[in-house]
Amino acid sequence: MEAIILQVLNGLDKGSAYALIALGLTLIFGTLGVVNFAHGALFMIGAFCAVTLSRIISISRTIIDDSQTDFLGNPLKVDVPYVYDWFGQATGDVIIDWAVPLSILFAIPIMVAIGVAMERGLIKHFYKRPHADQILVTFGLAIVLQEIIKYFYGANPIPTPAPDAFRGSFDFGAAFGFDPNVIIYPYWRLVYFSFAAVIIASVFAFLQFTTFGMVVRAGMADRETVQLLGINIDRRFTLMFGMAAAVAGLAGVMYTPINSPNYHMGMDFLVLSFVVVVVGGMGSLPGAVLAGFLLGILESFASMREVLTILPGLNQIIIYLVAIIILLTRPRGLMGRKGVMED
Amino acid sequence: MFGLEYKDSRMLILVAILVALAPFMLNPFPEGSGMAQFNAGYPDLMQRFVIFGIFAIGFNILFGLTGYLSFGHAAFLGVGSYAAMWMMKLLTMNVVPGIIFSVLVAGVFSLAVGWISLRRSGIYFSILTLAFAQMSYSLAYSVLTPITGGETGLQPKVTDPRILDGSLAEGTIAKANFFGLEMGSSFELQLGSWLFTFNAGYYLAAVVMLIAFYISIRIFRSPFGLMLRAVKSNQQRLNYTGLNTKPYTLAAFVISGMYAGLAGGLMVAMDTQVGAERMFWTASGEVVLMTILGGVGTLIGPVLGASAIKYMENILSKINSDILHQWFAFLPDGLEEFVITLIYPFIGKGWHLTLGLIFMAVVIFLPGGLVEGGQRIANLFKRKMPGKDARDNKS
Amino acid sequence: MGILEVKNVGKRFGGLQALGDVNLSITENSVHAIIGPNGAGKSTLLNCLVGKLIPDTGSVMFDGKSVLGLKPFEINQMGISRVFQTPEIFGDLSVLENMMIPCFAKRDGAFTPNAFINMMKDREIVERAEHVLEEMNMSEKQQMPAASLSRGDKRRLEIGMCLSQEPRLLLLDEPTAGMARADTNNTIDLLKQIKDEREITIAIIEHDMHVVFSLAERITVLAQGTPLVEDTPDNIKGHPKVREAYLGETQDAA
Repeated sequence: MEAIILQVLNGLDKGSAYALIALGLTLIFGTLGVVNFAHGALFMIGAFCAVTLSRIISISRTIIDDSQTDFLGNPLKVDVPYVYDWFGQATGDVIIDWAVPLSILFAIPIMVAIGVAMERGLIKHFYKRPHADQILVTFGLAIVLQEIIKYFYGANPIPTPAPDAFRGSFDFGAAFGFDPNVIIYPYWRLVYFSFAAVIIASVFAFLQFTTFGMVVRAGMADRETVQLLGINIDRRFTLMFGMAAAVAGLAGVMYTPINSPNYHMGMDFLVLSFVVVVVGGMGSLPGAVLAGFLLGILESFASMREVLTILPGLNQIIIYLVAIIILLTRPRGLMGRKGVMED
Repeated sequence: MFGLEYKDSRMLILVAILVALAPFMLNPFPEGSGMAQFNAGYPDLMQRFVIFGIFAIGFNILFGLTGYLSFGHAAFLGVGSYAAMWMMKLLTMNVVPGIIFSVLVAGVFSLAVGWISLRRSGIYFSILTLAFAQMSYSLAYSVLTPITGGETGLQPKVTDPRILDGSLAEGTIAKANFFGLEMGSSFELQLGSWLFTFNAGYYLAAVVMLIAFYISIRIFRSPFGLMLRAVKSNQQRLNYTGLNTKPYTLAAFVISGMYAGLAGGLMVAMDTQVGAERMFWTASGEVVLMTILGGVGTLIGPVLGASAIKYMENILSKINSDILHQWFAFLPDGLEEFVITLIYPFIGKGWHLTLGLIFMAVVIFLPGGLVEGGQRIANLFKRKMPGKDARDNKS
Repeated sequence: MGILEVKNVGKRFGGLQALGDVNLSITENSVHAIIGPNGAGKSTLLNCLVGKLIPDTGSVMFDGKSVLGLKPFEINQMGISRVFQTPEIFGDLSVLENMMIPCFAKRDGAFTPNAFINMMKDREIVERAEHVLEEMNMSEKQQMPAASLSRGDKRRLEIGMCLSQEPRLLLLDEPTAGMARADTNNTIDLLKQIKDEREITIAIIEHDMHVVFSLAERITVLAQGTPLVEDTPDNIKGHPKVREAYLGETQDAA
C-alpha cells in the first residue's frame, strides 16, 4: 500500500510536467491546427526565465568591508546584491531565496510575448501548409531556440534551488497514519503538483466560463462558422498561442528546482509530450491532461524494483509501449475526436 | 545505360565521376594554407558523405515518394550496425558478410515496425515510428546490454571467435577488410603542396552508394514508384482505383529500412565500433533534415543534403575565434571585433544554430530544397533559351 | 436479375437511421439514377456499395457475388469504378501518369512489386493511357500536372481514369455538383457518349434534375433512407410522392 502511494506521488510531478506541456500542445493544435514541435523549447525557455531572474536579482556590487579581513589581513571584498540596498538585507534575502516562484510573474509576460511573436512571425504562414511542413519548420525553430539558449547560458545544467522553506521532505506516512519514513515526498514536488493543478484548472475555467473561452471553443469546433458570424477568431487564436506558450513556460519555471535546466531539456520533454498528446487524443484537452498524469504515474510504477526484476528495462519503454498499444487499439487515443489529423 | 533513360544515365555518370574524384575536388586548398581547414577530402569525412547519402536516399524512398514521415529511421541504422558488428565478431573481419547481414536484419526489423506503424498515417505514424525507435534505443542501452554492449557499445576484440578468420596473434588489432584489403588503408598523392588521400574504405562505400543510388533511380521510374507517389498524392483515389496501398507503403518502408541498415553496416565497416546513441531520435531527426535540405522527393537531393550537413558538422564546427581573427585581421580593430562578435555564435559549437536557421529558411522559402534552389538559378540563366521544359530538370 | 442487387440494406449512425430498408436492382447496360432530397441517404447508400461503409443489415450483390466486407480496392477489382463528388485525381502527378495508374491496376492487379521496370517503356500501358486520353480529348494536356487542370478537365480525367479500367459498373456521385452550366452540359454529353459507345452500366446519384432526365433510363427516388418509387423518367416527373419528398410536408402527410 505504502509503495503504491509512493509511486503515485512520484509519478505526479513528472505527470504534471507532461500534462502541462501536452495541454499547451493541444491548445495550439486544437485552435490553430498546427503541430508545434517547438513547444518543448518554450518549456525550456520558461525554465531559463527562472535562471535569468535569479541571476538578475543576485546582481551585486562589490564593496570593501573594513570590518572583516581575509587571512592576509586585507579588508575583505564583499558582494552586496542591489536588492539589499533597495529592500534591506532581510527582505533582500527573502527575494533572492524566492527567485523561482517570483519568476512566475517575470515569465508570464515574456512567454506570452514570445508565443505571440512566434505565431505572428512564423506559424501564421503555415496554417495552409501540410502538417509535415509545420512539424519541420517548428522542429527547425526548436533547434534555433535551444542553440540560442546554449550560446548564452552554456551547455551545462544550471542548478536553481527552490526556496529554503520548500527544501526537505514531507513525511506522508506520519501524517496519514502509516509508518513514518516510508512515504517521504519532497515539498517542492507537492508545490509543483498543486501549481500544475491550479494552472490546468484555470485554463479549463477560462475556456469554460469566459466569453473569450467560449468563442475559442466554438472556433476549435468549427472555425469557419465562427468567422462567418463576424468574430475575429484569428486574434483570439493568436492570444491562445500566447497562453499556451505561457503554460509551457510556467511548467518550465517551476520545474527548475526538480531538474537543473539545460538547453536540451525541452526536446527531451517534447518527444514524450507528443506521445502523451497522441495517447490522450489529438485535440482533446481533458485527454492531454489525463494521459499526462496517467503516463507519469505508469512510468514511476514501472521503475519499482519489484517490477524491474520481472521486466527489466520496462521503466525506459513503458510510455512508448503504452502509446503503441493505445494507438493500435484506440486509433484516436483515449479521448480523441473523430476526423482530427487523419489525413 | 543499365535500362535508364538518357537524363538519368547522365546524372548517374555525373554522380559517379564526382564521387570518384571527390578526394581531388574536396581538397581544393593546399596543405598548410589558411583555407586548408575547408578541405573535406579526408577519408573520415568523405566516408560519412557517402554513408549518410545512402541513409538519406533510402529515407527519401519512404518520405519523398509516399509522404510518410518517419521519425524513427535511426533505429534501423543502429540495428544494421549491431548486425554488422556481430558478423565481424563471430564470422570474419571481411566486411561483406557484415554488410549483407546488416541489410537483412534491418529489413526484418523494419518489416515488423512498418507492419504495425503503417496501420496509422499522418502524425500518428510519425509518433509510432518515434516510439519504436526510442524503445529500441532505451533497450539497447539497458536490457539488451549482452547484445549491444550497453553504454560502452561494441568493438571487435582479440578474443572474439571469428570462425572464418582463425585466431589473431596476441596484441594485434582486428581490422576490417574487403578480401584482405584493409578499409583503413590509403594511398596518398602529393602534388606540389596539395595532398590527396585515396582511401580503400571510402571507395568501397562509394561503390555501394552508387549501386544504392542506381536502385533508387530505378524505383523512382518504375510503376512501383509511380504507385508510391500516388499514395502521397491521393490515397483515397488509389484505393478506389483497385490498388492496395498497404503492401506498397510497407514495401517502401522496408526498402528504406534496408537502406538505413546498409548505411549502418557500412559505418561499422569503416569505423569498427557501435553505440546505442546511433539510434537516438536526434539521429532520426538528422536524416529528416538532410532529405528536406537537399530536396525531398528528388533523386539527387538527399545526397546533396547529407553532404551539406556533414560538411557543416565537420568543417563549420572547427572554426574557432582564432581563425576568425586571422581572417578579419585586415579590418580595423573595432570593426574586426564587431564582425567577429556577429559571426561567432554561428560557427564552432554554434554550428547547430546555423543548421537550424538554414533548415527553417529552406522549409519556408524553398520547399524543394537545394535542388529547387539550383533549378531556380538555372532557370534564371535559361530563360532566353526556348523549348527547354522546366520539368526536364526535375531529377 | 440485375448486375447490382441491393437487398434490405439498412445502416444506422448512432440514433440516426440513415438507410431504412433499401431494395434496388440495377439492370445491366442501363443508366440508373438515384435521386432524393438532402439527407435522403444517397451518399450512405453509395458508400455501402463501394466498401467505404458496411451496412448493418441486408446484402449487396454484384454480378452474383457479395461485396459486403470487401475493401474498396477489392470492389474496384471486381469491376466497379467510382467517380467522386469533387474530382479525386492525383494532383501532383502528370495527366498521363494519372491515366497510367488505373491501367496498371487493371492489368497487374492490386499489388505488383514491379520496382525494376521503367514505366514509360511499358508500351502496352502507355499506349492504353494515351488512347483513353485521346478519347477524352486531353491528349495535348498529357504532360501537365493534374492539379493545374480546370475543374471540367479534372472531371473528364477522373471519368477517363475510371473508363480506362473498362468497369462493368460506373458509379457517379453528383458528377456535376458545383459546375458551371457549360461544364455540366459537357459532362452530360460525355456521359451520353460513353453510354452509347460502350457496354457499361452507369449508376448516378444526382441532385440536378436536368442531368438526371437527360441521362437516366430508370430512376429511384430515395427519401429518409428508403426508396419511394422506382420508374422511368417520364413517370417520375410529376409523380405525387416525388413532389412530396422534394417539397416537404404536403396536405396528405397528416
